[in-house]
Amino acid sequence: MIEVQQLTKHYRVHKRPPGLAAALKSLFKREYTAVKAVDGITFDIKAGERVGFLGPNGAGKTTTLKTLAGLLHPSSGQVRVDGHVPQKREAEYLKKIMLVMGQKQQLLWDLPPAETFEMNRAIYDVPRADFTRRMKELGDLLELGELVNKPTRQLSLGERMKCELAAALVHGPKVLFLDEPTIGLDVSMQVVMRDFIRRYNEQYGATLILTSHYMDDVAALCPRVIVIDKGTLSFDGKLDDLVQKVRPEKRVTLRFSQPVTREQVSPLGQVVTCEGAQAVLQVSHDQVNSVVGRALATLPVMDLNVENPPLEEVMSELFARSRANREEQAA
Amino acid sequence: MIGRSLRALPALVRVGFVESLAYRTEMIIWVFSTTMPLVMMTLWTAVARSVPVVGGGGKSWGTTAFVSYFLSVFIVRQLISGWAGWEMYYEVRQGTLAMRLLRPIHPLLSYGVGNLAALPLRAAVTLPVIVVLFATNARDHLSHDWHVWLLFPFALVGGWVITFFANVAIGALSLFMESSVKLMDVWLAAFFVFSGYLFPLDLFPDWLTAAAKWLPFRYQIGLPVELMTGVHTWESALPLLAKQWAWAAALIVASLAIWNRGLARFQAFGG
Repeated sequence: MIEVQQLTKHYRVHKRPPGLAAALKSLFKREYTAVKAVDGITFDIKAGERVGFLGPNGAGKTTTLKTLAGLLHPSSGQVRVDGHVPQKREAEYLKKIMLVMGQKQQLLWDLPPAETFEMNRAIYDVPRADFTRRMKELGDLLELGELVNKPTRQLSLGERMKCELAAALVHGPKVLFLDEPTIGLDVSMQVVMRDFIRRYNEQYGATLILTSHYMDDVAALCPRVIVIDKGTLSFDGKLDDLVQKVRPEKRVTLRFSQPVTREQVSPLGQVVTCEGAQAVLQVSHDQVNSVVGRALATLPVMDLNVENPPLEEVMSELFARSRANREEQAA
Repeated sequence: MIGRSLRALPALVRVGFVESLAYRTEMIIWVFSTTMPLVMMTLWTAVARSVPVVGGGGKSWGTTAFVSYFLSVFIVRQLISGWAGWEMYYEVRQGTLAMRLLRPIHPLLSYGVGNLAALPLRAAVTLPVIVVLFATNARDHLSHDWHVWLLFPFALVGGWVITFFANVAIGALSLFMESSVKLMDVWLAAFFVFSGYLFPLDLFPDWLTAAAKWLPFRYQIGLPVELMTGVHTWESALPLLAKQWAWAAALIVASLAIWNRGLARFQAFGG
């Protein structure tokens, strides 16, 4: 469905230091720096896959999404989405895709979302019967109810994002690019959005590419992740494999019937936290059974839980390693 | 794509019209903001009552001539308005142009339809002025040649085309420069002076009148108003209409070139 080969996107950015003198100088002589937003990435995505793009700010995730959506021309490399070259922005291609950006909106600000839905129906030439059926489904899935008849400006952020998603799906896109779709939403609304996105993918077989700084989004939605850092692809595979690669240790959470001290638990493994009647240990994968056995034998354990380290920590470590590598290479 | 665009037009027009009605207070403020020709009419009729006002061609401007002129200006100004330049500027700055580019319809078509969709509201504001124009002795200064009135719709459409595509050209410059609205301010300043919006071009010194006739602004408001107020015969109007449409064609070509190059740049450098 999506084929990307050696995609690069380089920008020339005007560089100007702060201050009046620099402003005046820039009138006559300008300095530019080259920014390698995307620097030779290659990947394929099959139809119906859900893929998360991960990376720190400025990694090139949004640039890649915009290139796939046809908004940006690649500096070099090949991009094909469902047989189309996105940068040509052919009408037939635009009818198959949608890019949802959490920080940009397509809803008409002064009018109720229903007006945007109707406008999109006309623009995408969706038959009336299909439109009615799809809006009913979207309304049910997203619990839109009367929201669609309130002016957009009077909706809360969460309500607006639900309507944004509905507006984006009026034409039933086969490929959905989601750029931070849950940004700024409260936890319960994030869950609603994730649930909806997964159901849309399952129901319509749509291909999803998601960028998000909320690792819960990625963990809940994306069996496969592509990690981009400074424009280069540093990992492409299953999320579990990424976690194993970066942090092969497991987190063992122990809950006790009475408070314990750090000294009591430290012989078991690396103590992440130890507060009152709860301790979290980090132990290597092959020592989990032994540690659990010793904990049960020596401490007043009421309950225990073994899980992977939080994705945020995994990503943070991955990016720190990449940064260190770059600095080492530069040195 | 053309077929789908045409099918989408009614919905786009309807949404644009509903948008223009969204704010009642804003609408009232907007109506007041369009009254400049009426202010100028008051001013110039006062002048005409005090001293004889004679135009460059020897035409004597009495009070009713000014009333007829400025009511006509008011009507034409309402019907040729366009604001795509500001829309484009804000969308480029806020990054929402991307949302427009994602739709399978030419963005300039959606800007144009959005602007035209406000016409019914503008026509409604214009209606009382039309009634006054035709019900008072101001009508004595309107053209009595029905051939000229046949040309009037073409002049009106030509005026709108010039306004819209000048907006597009300036708005598309947002894709190259940081503040195209500054250019729009310059354009508007020239428009107010050279279009006949604030005073009849006839009252300029001869050399300035001659210069104004070569600029596009006169063809936005001046020419349609001159047709309404009987300045031209059918024969003298035709070459002017040709000049107007030459300007329209030039602006269409220029604005499309700027838009296409700007868009390529936008797509090359991001937005």
